[in-house]
Amino acid sequence: MSTSIARDLTSEIIEAQKSLTAEAELRTEALAQLKKIGLPDSKQEEYRFTPVTRHLEKNFNWNKSTPESNLSSIADYLLPGLDANVVVLVNGRFNPLLSKVVSLESEITILRLSDALLKNPIAKAHFNNYLQNETDAFAAWNTAAWQEGVFIHVPESTSVNKPVFILQLHDASAEQVVSQTRLLAVIEKGSTVSVIEKSDSIGNEVVFHNFAEEWVVKDDAHLEYCKIQNDAGKICQVSNSVIHQTTSSKLNTFTLTLNGQLIRNNLRILIDGENCESHFYGLYLLNGNTLADNHTVVDHKKPNSFSNEMYKGIMDGNSKGVFNGKIYVRPHAQKTNAFQSNRNIIISDHATINTKPQLEIWADDVKCSHGCTSGQLDEEALFYLRSRGIAEANAKAMLLYAFAAEVLEPIQNETLKLYLDQLIADRLQKNF
Amino acid sequence: MLSIKNLQAKIGEKQILNGIDLQVNAGEVHAIMGPNGSGKSTLASVLSGREDYEVSGGEVYFLGKDLLELSPEDRAREGIFMAFQYPVEIPGVSTINFMKTALNQIREYRGQQALDAVSFLQLMKEKMKLVEIDQSLLNRSLNEGFSGGEKKRNEIFQMAMLEPKLAILDETDSGLDIDALRIVANGVNKLRTKNNATIVVTHYQRLLDYIVPDYVHVLYKGKIVKSGSKELALELEAKGYDWIKSEATVA
Repeated sequence: MSTSIARDLTSEIIEAQKSLTAEAELRTEALAQLKKIGLPDSKQEEYRFTPVTRHLEKNFNWNKSTPESNLSSIADYLLPGLDANVVVLVNGRFNPLLSKVVSLESEITILRLSDALLKNPIAKAHFNNYLQNETDAFAAWNTAAWQEGVFIHVPESTSVNKPVFILQLHDASAEQVVSQTRLLAVIEKGSTVSVIEKSDSIGNEVVFHNFAEEWVVKDDAHLEYCKIQNDAGKICQVSNSVIHQTTSSKLNTFTLTLNGQLIRNNLRILIDGENCESHFYGLYLLNGNTLADNHTVVDHKKPNSFSNEMYKGIMDGNSKGVFNGKIYVRPHAQKTNAFQSNRNIIISDHATINTKPQLEIWADDVKCSHGCTSGQLDEEALFYLRSRGIAEANAKAMLLYAFAAEVLEPIQNETLKLYLDQLIADRLQKNF
Repeated sequence: MLSIKNLQAKIGEKQILNGIDLQVNAGEVHAIMGPNGSGKSTLASVLSGREDYEVSGGEVYFLGKDLLELSPEDRAREGIFMAFQYPVEIPGVSTINFMKTALNQIREYRGQQALDAVSFLQLMKEKMKLVEIDQSLLNRSLNEGFSGGEKKRNEIFQMAMLEPKLAILDETDSGLDIDALRIVANGVNKLRTKNNATIVVTHYQRLLDYIVPDYVHVLYKGKIVKSGSKELALELEAKGYDWIKSEATVA
């Protein structure tokens, strides 16, 4: 079933490449890889519950080009009160008028990726080192077809005092939108930065956004990274995110998925140094017909590191949640501590969750645990709250909110935390 | 205040209450005693509106209203409070926030204005003293990691905050040592007025040394088989439940 689309896409990609000069060799190579593996059909284990390919075949016209957007203001999509470096991509194109860098040049470099690959040796050295083009078709496709990207570099021993806010907006009010974007970030030794990625879309036409990002977090560096997926539009989004950590680096990630048609997040954390700490948290609050799939991998390659994963979901309406969490502990990665938990509440008869923890441990002196639960709201707790005079709807909201808000605890930035808290409270109707 | 007539209830196919009659007036304390499995906790649950039980007959009126028609939250708003035998732990919900929501929803139901933050805190401080509970406990997630005594004290704290007209204490003494029992009972006694009433459900007479009842009822096989004054409790303590059982069987 994937052949027709692969053929169409192949010609489209080749056509598109005439104007895409950056890393032309890599693109050709990735295209060959894409042809070889093909887009995943439903028989492929990794995409069993998430029919991205079928969705693309059914809903997109691959001969159309993506329109320009005449959007002039992004005020609605910003985080209120957040003083940040702002990078805006609209329909997969960098928008310099809506973007602004406020941090000092000595603190952070933010460039268009195509420019960086021409003149910045650091960008050149790290680009495409971490993505799995040979096994993931969407990563390969992105490497072959990315049209725009962002490069972030934080020099050694620097604490970037303002966060980086990356807004990827898709305007499908006139026509369908297909965009392929890319990010490369290198955080040098001993540096700290906080990055917030937000995805929004508008319009009634379909959007396909294939996003790939590579993060390099060097020794003693610290990355705070938050992804907010709150698309009003009909978006199908695939994100391939790889974070490479070395010695004593620290990572905090949080992924919030609220809306969209079909969302697939592949988050891969490579712990390639000792004494690293990685916290990756996620929350998906789904309703309507949204399908959100979080596939996470943490790969412990070196000893003495700690990873802690907590994903939670609440499924309402006809929504579908998918979670897959892989933990690899390689033979040399002794004294690894790796924890994983995935908890789900289903509040409608038509919603579903498919969850699967996968642990592969080759080292023998490790502490690993995982747990996953799926269920309904706790009836005893609900009765307890009601017996004190709290209306049933409010009692439910209170319990759901308490369940969900736990994942916000590690977030450092108060403005961000407040914003996320409000999003969650709104979604769960805890407004009393 | 509370009028129960021929109340029958079952869980699944199992009949548990077989026709309870009970009249509770303002200012009174009633103790419901009885051996295990006699239906004591079921009675408390039915009165508070737990949906696991099906009322299969009889009627319950509370201050002139058909109690069985009301949702659990509306029963609370009308002035019924149940202190749970096993208070639920609710992670992520602090006692303070929970109480604030509960109190204000009750006030709204009664046509009163919501309490502002300052008045709420003031009220809370006042009630905390009553049950000797520390604020740090109330800032924490509801009952999470609380000791048995702390949970029961938290129940009485909530009761103090909500000022019910009828309090039902379901086995409040279970799991309490003598000091905790004294604190909890003191709290309950301080809350007694001539306008409110209390039903104490208990297996042992011990609690009734501290919360002295006006009436004692003995429940057996889902019926009240004997009623009397507080001396009945002492008699039960001395003689056990067996004589009640044989009396009930003979009758």
